[in-house]
Amino acid sequence: MADPGPTRVLLTDEGPALISGPVELELPDGTRVRSDRAVTAVCHCRRSKRYPICDASHRRKVRQEGPDA
Amino acid sequence: MTSTLAPSFLDQAGSPELPAPRGPLSGAVIGALRGAPLGPVDPGGAEPYGDDLQLALHCCYELHYRGFAGVDAEREWDPELLGVRRELERVFLAALRADVEPGDDVTAEVDALLVEPIGPGVRGVSHHLQREGTLEQLREYVAHRSIYHLKEADPQAWAIPRLSGAAKAGLVTVEHDEYGSGRPERMHALLFAEMMTELGLSDAYCAYVEHVPGETLAEVNLMSLCGLHRSLRGASVGQFAMVELTSSPGSERLVRGMRRLDCGPASIRFYDEHVEADAVHEQVVRRSVLAPLLAAEPELAADVVFGIRASLFLGERMGERLLGCWDRGETSLRMPLA
Ligand code: FES
Ligand SMILES: [Fe+2]
Ligand SMILES: [Fe+2]
Repeated sequence: MADPGPTRVLLTDEGPALISGPVELELPDGTRVRSDRAVTAVCHCRRSKRYPICDASHRRKVRQEGPDA
Repeated sequence: MTSTLAPSFLDQAGSPELPAPRGPLSGAVIGALRGAPLGPVDPGGAEPYGDDLQLALHCCYELHYRGFAGVDAEREWDPELLGVRRELERVFLAALRADVEPGDDVTAEVDALLVEPIGPGVRGVSHHLQREGTLEQLREYVAHRSIYHLKEADPQAWAIPRLSGAAKAGLVTVEHDEYGSGRPERMHALLFAEMMTELGLSDAYCAYVEHVPGETLAEVNLMSLCGLHRSLRGASVGQFAMVELTSSPGSERLVRGMRRLDCGPASIRFYDEHVEADAVHEQVVRRSVLAPLLAAEPELAADVVFGIRASLFLGERMGERLLGCWDRGETSLRMPLA
């Protein structure tokens, strides 16, 4: 098989780091999180409810009040 | 590797029954598929998003997917049926082009989709199901969505040979994940089928076509229309981008709604998987599909915007149908679920 080259990590300016290939992430407490996706988005904003995996919580939010708010 | 879930859905290769007609257009197409001679078909005065035209189109398109029980698979290339399909498509497409504001700024369009409206003023089906929808309404929503999700990713797969280079590779990266990355038990269509079974719904392909209105069929027909026409490949990518960019937060709301309603693990799993998967798919679609596509074929920008806006437009129509019916205490389907 051809050498796939080094693992590529793309650091985005808006949110996650994108890592290609299956990855295992180890958290400070020793917990390991495995992702088999072709690309994994690792949360860098710390707002993900599925940390260390990005769940799009980094997105900008605009508040819309209700009719009687 | 064996799955303990006994995924019967994976073994279902059969074709669904032809549905009942809903007017002259669907009557002519379904009659022809049953063997009657095809009479003159004039969709000119038909309601472009209505039940009759959308069901007729649905039947024309299904010949390219699973076909119908008792219908010769070669009817897919019946020139008369293809001619009728063309006429139906012309009416549908002309209505969309008239109803959707044109534009060619894909970046602005994408940026707008990435801002998430929150708070009590946001009206939407996933917001309603998160906050207060009933289990019955959730089951109806899943029945509507089954027309697409039991063939999830298939309509967009038509775009693969119509793209080239980096954009093609990027699209396939996302499609591969939709199809379970080589593991059939992880296919999104299968996860959807398992959710249906858990919710007491049939997971048979197209089982709820008789139940769903034109609004629901129109959304899926747009995907097939754009996928099957090379001239609309930009719109196909736009439609795909719209889904991938908006799905993650919507899926999170559905997960919360399902937890509130005490749904089982298979139901939660489908939308839970989409929170995480589509957070990545958003990135891949923007960076590895849209960017290289527009670098290679900048003239497709207007069609990408059209695909985004047309799918938003049809999605809002469908959402209004559901919320309007539920506001009035009615079923959003043409007949209640069993
Ligand atoms: S980077 Fe996406 S949720 Fe944190
Ligand atoms: Fe999916
Ligand atoms: Fe996706």
